[in-house]
Amino acid sequence: MTDTTVARSAASARPAAAPTRKPWLASRRNLERALPWLVVIGLFLVWEVGVRAFSVPQFVLPAPSVIFESMWKWRVPILDNAWQTLFTTAVGFGIAIVFGLVTGVLIGSSSLIYNGLYPVLIGFNSIPKVAVVPILVIWFGIGTVPAIITAFLISFFPILVNVATGIATVEPELRDVLRALGARRRDIILKVGLPRAMPYFFASLKVAITVAFVGSIIAETVASNKGIGHLMMVASSRFDVPLVFAGLLVTALMGVAMYIVANIVERRMTGWATRGMDGGMSAPQG
Amino acid sequence: MSHFVELDNITLRYGGEDTGTVALEGATLRVARGEFVAVVGPSGCGKSTLMKALSGLWPVNAGTVIVAGREVARPLEIVGMAFQNATLLPWRTTLDNVMLPLEIVQPHRGRLRRHRAEYEARARDLLKLVGLAGFEQKFPWQLSGGMQQRASLCRALIHEPELLILDEPFGALDMFTREELWGVMQDLWMTKRPTVILVTHDLREAVYLADRVHVMSARPGRMVHARTVDLARPRTLEGTYTASFTAITQELREHISHARAAA
Repeated sequence: MTDTTVARSAASARPAAAPTRKPWLASRRNLERALPWLVVIGLFLVWEVGVRAFSVPQFVLPAPSVIFESMWKWRVPILDNAWQTLFTTAVGFGIAIVFGLVTGVLIGSSSLIYNGLYPVLIGFNSIPKVAVVPILVIWFGIGTVPAIITAFLISFFPILVNVATGIATVEPELRDVLRALGARRRDIILKVGLPRAMPYFFASLKVAITVAFVGSIIAETVASNKGIGHLMMVASSRFDVPLVFAGLLVTALMGVAMYIVANIVERRMTGWATRGMDGGMSAPQG
Repeated sequence: MSHFVELDNITLRYGGEDTGTVALEGATLRVARGEFVAVVGPSGCGKSTLMKALSGLWPVNAGTVIVAGREVARPLEIVGMAFQNATLLPWRTTLDNVMLPLEIVQPHRGRLRRHRAEYEARARDLLKLVGLAGFEQKFPWQLSGGMQQRASLCRALIHEPELLILDEPFGALDMFTREELWGVMQDLWMTKRPTVILVTHDLREAVYLADRVHVMSARPGRMVHARTVDLARPRTLEGTYTASFTAITQELREHISHARAAA
């Protein structure tokens, strides 16, 4: 599972940077900060030049300038639909957090529940969620609800697995510290298991939020009359390829924004696990 | 019934009835209230297992473990424990780590919220006693190994346990830090007077700290020798190089060599 290895690497210590600021260090940090923007701008430039140089037709691959133009032109419906997608994703993601956390704690703290439930969950997670959407439509009709549920279904698994891993891998020594005091099982989970699982939990949030977007947009594409997914379906049926790309771009932007939010919350909550790691985000995933 | 701690003829097995490893067989140990006892023995003889049996972390297969007149079936609240690793929780500050037992053990657990200031003062006093004043708000990873171990001792003592079980608490430290902490430990014991059972593989440590030193045989472990240490307290590091001190360590060393040869 890539998400757990990422959590490990995030939890491992790195030597803290020297407190004295050397000028080259400052310029390096500035470079690090500017790098993502430079890469994005560079990508768009290459794209623009490539499309123009080989005169690629617009309905195959529109140039970034055309996409931005389309974005501006359709800004009102784009914002309207983006808001809908953001809303469904956030709600589905929120349910996934609660469900993933609770089930993860249960599975991680009891080998009985682990053995009973885990195979079922693996099987469930192997089902392509796009195949579930028609069933959800039969149950709940076309609209917001299937999108929320799809976002939830696709994003709870990484959270659950990571929380369960974090709790199940508590060092026996730490557990013994509490057990020797006569602590009850619930105490051990609350005082050691949960805090210990937090770095894993937050690492999984970053994976989960990005796949939650995948979930809601899948559902919107298949069965909805609102949202970025729906907008892209309509646009492609009219061969408005620049607008389709505009939708993709907006989705990516929302994904990055949510990722950053998750990252900030993570740093606030689990600074102890990422000590000495300054500047930049940890490797993005998902 | 007069003894505070009574381990009577205990046997402890890891794994299955036939295939498992027998870690302890027929081990017997008695400790009076307020006594400081050390257990030494060749490596792998089951010293740590003995502590696990004593603390109730592992159930014994045969024999009885009695602490304060009660048979130990599960961990007791009147016990404080320190391990070879400091095992501080990395997400808690030193102060919060030291106060952890108060969140578990009654009656402190119920009183902690309302009497927080009083308990915090107690924790700060303890930290000061071991030379950690000013480090209360530091996280474990900001402390050196020796400092972590001091904090771990404070955590073992905060709920004023009647029995302190120390499982090689200084084993992972360098010699200078270790010797310094012996002094700290002796001071703690002389001021608080808990009953202490210390497991160690360091004979100087055992003789420096304990009233009595027990030697264990090789696995399956049991007690083969006991030696009373009647040196005056407080003992000093210089004292560990005197003839009377070395005579005792020498005697113990021979018993351990025997125990190893017998294996």
